[in-house]
Amino acid sequence: MTPVQIIIETIKVIIIFAGLMTAIAYTTYFERRIVALIQSRIGPNRVGPIGLLQPVADAVKLLFKEEFLPEKSSKIIFSLAPLITFIPACMAIAVIPVGNTISIAGYHINLVVSDLNVGILYIFALSSLGVYGIVLGGWSSNSKYSFLGGMRSSAQMISYEIGLGLSVVGVLMIAGTFSIAEIVRQQSGSILSWYFFKQPVAFFLFFISAMAEVNRLPFDLPEAESELVGGYNTEYAGMRFGLFYLAEYGNMITVSALAASLFFGGWAGPVLPPVIWFLIKVIFFLFVFVWVRGTLPRFRYDQLLRFGWLVLIPLTLVNIFVTGLIMVM
Amino acid sequence: MAIVETLKSVFLAIPRGLSITFKYFLKKKVTTKYPDVKPVFEDRFRGLHYLTRYPDGKERCVSCGLCAIACPPDAIYMEPAETETGERYARVFEINELRCIFCGYCEEACPEEAIFLGHEFEFSAGDRGDFIYTKEMLLANFDKIEKDRVAKNIKPFIRQEKFQFKKPAEPLH
Repeated sequence: MTPVQIIIETIKVIIIFAGLMTAIAYTTYFERRIVALIQSRIGPNRVGPIGLLQPVADAVKLLFKEEFLPEKSSKIIFSLAPLITFIPACMAIAVIPVGNTISIAGYHINLVVSDLNVGILYIFALSSLGVYGIVLGGWSSNSKYSFLGGMRSSAQMISYEIGLGLSVVGVLMIAGTFSIAEIVRQQSGSILSWYFFKQPVAFFLFFISAMAEVNRLPFDLPEAESELVGGYNTEYAGMRFGLFYLAEYGNMITVSALAASLFFGGWAGPVLPPVIWFLIKVIFFLFVFVWVRGTLPRFRYDQLLRFGWLVLIPLTLVNIFVTGLIMVM
Repeated sequence: MAIVETLKSVFLAIPRGLSITFKYFLKKKVTTKYPDVKPVFEDRFRGLHYLTRYPDGKERCVSCGLCAIACPPDAIYMEPAETETGERYARVFEINELRCIFCGYCEEACPEEAIFLGHEFEFSAGDRGDFIYTKEMLLANFDKIEKDRVAKNIKPFIRQEKFQFKKPAEPLH
């Protein structure tokens, strides 16, 4: 690597990370506004013009809150757990291409932090790591609600990770590669080359399991305010709580970006620049996440596991089987 | 079968729910943007009290005490007095707005149309003592409302002239 390349890579990392942090902050605002509009309310609109400084106010509030440590908690694990959840959530975005290769002053810059040839496996590996933070946070709080939240999250994540992984297999079979950048390139021809049209069932299965994977309603059982107070983050306050929160929204953005990249052609699109197309697609999926949250009630615990094991996983297997049959024929 | 039931709900029930929430997403919102936009109240809204005057500026209250008796939380205090011509008036008239429950019984009880509950609702203060409204403050509330009424050219809703017997009553002594 030449020094120039190192500088380019560093700048890319900084831009993506800063962009992700800003996006997370504004996703919270976006979600509050959209849910409010669905409920015939207006939502936060007092801080700054139309409430655009609300995320800043929230961040300042969280930073200045007391960092409370429950007396009988395992202090070290309790403090580490939010980081264990937060860091993988930030890392996962690295393999998602936000645009096509551009060339500036003779250097070809790939608009992806790291074009891993096992990109999808990398994302799944990181999303599984995030569960540890939630389980450890729930366990180390030494509170029954946190503990139940942590237990639920481990059961839920294990069940739905299988569905998530298997639902993508159909796309991988057609694409013949694990690299997300390559998968997006294959779809950049026309709208009909989007894998959504070749794998519609896989998309729905992917989206459902993704919702469960990032603990969003109707699958937010680890949190479940109405029954578990706050689930795994009951005992957390201040920025430790904030990190869990950031991780959840970071995961949401990653999953939206992944859905856009795998099934809807990522940055591919006419007229507008690729980055804009990528953002439009991601924002659309974020909107769907929030829309579903504003519509559906939470699953019961047994319904959740029954749905995961008896509906989702069999359907993904059938999808793989049918895809295989069509490819062979 | 679990799969059939689930697919039914996924393809029939959930899209219907989503379409309903999307309709609400586009609908007009019910929230009043309060400090920027004042809410519009019905005439029957019960807010801060005021003590009325006759057009000549004399106060109507005769300090009969009916409002204080009617008042469920005992928020009204008054001390009656008489002028040299034998007309009763309230020497002291105080309403504790922190005790008041804004039921409106005082305006129902009043035989002189002297006390009413207006539309003012923004009267916060930093001290509990500031919530005890004296007669002067209550009359000032009326003056403000009356000025507004005259400016807007709205007909008054209370009788304007003092009630008179057709035959002047003989003085008793």
